[in-house]
Amino acid sequence: MIFAGSQSVIAQINQWVAPTIDWHALAPELVLIVGINLVLFIDLSLGAAKKWAMATLTGLVFLAAFIPVVTLAVIGDASREMFDGRYVVDGYSLILKAIFLLAAYVLVLMSQNELEEGGYYQGEFYVLMMCSVLGMVMMTSARDLIAIFVALELLSIPAYMMAAWRKRDSRSNEAGVKYYLLGVFASAVLLYGMSFLYGTTGSTKLTDIGASLVDGDLLGLQVLAVVFVLGGLAFKISAVPFHSWAPDTYEGAPTPVTAFLSVASKAAGFVALMSIVMLALAPANSVVRPMLWVLAALTMTVGNVMALRQTNIVRMLAYSSVSQGGFILMPLVVIGTGNAGDSVLRAVIVYLLIYAFMNLGAFSIVIAVARRTRSGEITSFGGLFGYAPGLAVLMTIFMASLAGIPPLGGWIAKFNVFKTVLDAGDTAAYVLALIGAVNTVIAAAYYMRVLRQVWMAPAPDGDVSPIKVPSSIQAALAITAVGTVLLGVLPGLVLRFGDITDLTGALAR
Amino acid sequence: MLAVNFLILAAVLFSIGVFGVIARRNAVMVLMSVELVLNSVMLNLVAFSQITDSIDGQLFALFVIAIAAAEVGVGLAMVLMVYRNRRSIALDELSEMKG
Repeated sequence: MIFAGSQSVIAQINQWVAPTIDWHALAPELVLIVGINLVLFIDLSLGAAKKWAMATLTGLVFLAAFIPVVTLAVIGDASREMFDGRYVVDGYSLILKAIFLLAAYVLVLMSQNELEEGGYYQGEFYVLMMCSVLGMVMMTSARDLIAIFVALELLSIPAYMMAAWRKRDSRSNEAGVKYYLLGVFASAVLLYGMSFLYGTTGSTKLTDIGASLVDGDLLGLQVLAVVFVLGGLAFKISAVPFHSWAPDTYEGAPTPVTAFLSVASKAAGFVALMSIVMLALAPANSVVRPMLWVLAALTMTVGNVMALRQTNIVRMLAYSSVSQGGFILMPLVVIGTGNAGDSVLRAVIVYLLIYAFMNLGAFSIVIAVARRTRSGEITSFGGLFGYAPGLAVLMTIFMASLAGIPPLGGWIAKFNVFKTVLDAGDTAAYVLALIGAVNTVIAAAYYMRVLRQVWMAPAPDGDVSPIKVPSSIQAALAITAVGTVLLGVLPGLVLRFGDITDLTGALAR
Repeated sequence: MLAVNFLILAAVLFSIGVFGVIARRNAVMVLMSVELVLNSVMLNLVAFSQITDSIDGQLFALFVIAIAAAEVGVGLAMVLMVYRNRRSIALDELSEMKG
């Protein structure tokens, strides 16, 4: 009886028709695919002396992929759906594609010198980085479990290799192996959850799953599925208690890769979480909400408390990025409660954008200073104001922004998050906002500790000759600093994202 | 019923895999345990595909097979890299960084 269906499964193959493909909507992905092959083949034929050209070429590919994103946004009619609404290009995905491409461009600027001077495999590195960015760009449009899974693996597998990039360095090895083993295990758990979601609803399309789940009447298997799916994604966004890989991987990996993991890869995890939670799991709110609440509260608190004890700047930024992840989770907790519905997406996207600017900026400074001090200790920033006042001022901007001090970008991001959570207007939301407020104060302590070194402490080795900052890192610093300050002073620029109140398909339910 | 048997087998495989990931110290054994978890997923998908009478599950299983192969390729390369540097693939010795 169970296999009676097999005949009609074969019959479904005969009904298959070639889908219509909207080439314009796919253009950003296609440009990246062409770019990956271009860099791969040009790299083969270039001599070692000309490998620097790979970074330039990669940067150009990211900028080229930006063009169709802009044209799509300018035309901006209705959303473009492909494959029966399983791959959607709408305002939400365009903004996120733009964030990923911009962050990727800044990351190329940050990696260039590190790779050149270390004599690492430059061409291969940029190819892997572009593959990973392709996965992220796909993730923003994926509205199907299979598409989300493929995008997640496409962005993760190159990232595992990038974390272990210094292959003779045992710390980089450790970083890669830890990231890999926990990452593969987490995606296996995620898949196990996805298989139950598919099995109990009969579809892999997110909106169909959302339509099939019945609020307040979930099957046991469906509850299990939700728990496994959220657990698997929590690893990707390094939410406590699934964060144990993050500090070690961040510390051991080359610093530009750490920046990549803590900004781009983490943002992609949030995109997957948002799509799944909003489109598929909305009726399972009674399971999703408490789980995300606990994750958000734990992530903020544990990340902050651990960051307080760190003496290594990269490790401190790792824990700080864990706790920032908790803040980004906060609005997701209140989806569909009170008046919070419309502003949830905006709060998360604005936070991701501003977080990308300020965190990439902070890592750029760490790279610039570590080129000279060869140290990752916070004390190595002593006396920075004395010999590199420009870097000191920029570091102040980024740290103050991460701490959420007005009028910088980080403040607008946090303000939006708290406003969304308070709009929900129930006790759970108020308690979460209170935990968030306490954590903002704790966070300020360790960001200020870095600034105290920068402004007040003397240079640890007495070396006060000026730092030479390579022009690519200068460019990265300029982009991130302008972004951080501008979005803080003129928040209207991004608050217009409020036009995007919902994901395509979420309303159609 | 037949369908439940598939799910139970998958659940048993999943549990063995999770146990292996947590309890094993050898990196290759951990990789194999992860493969067990992935196999349980594929079994689930194909069984559900028959139960729900839709082809999506079988397609999903094909994607899982392909991507699992890519993952293991990277994983074995990484284990080899660690072995070259340390002459050991015991995971509990791989802990330079703490705190």
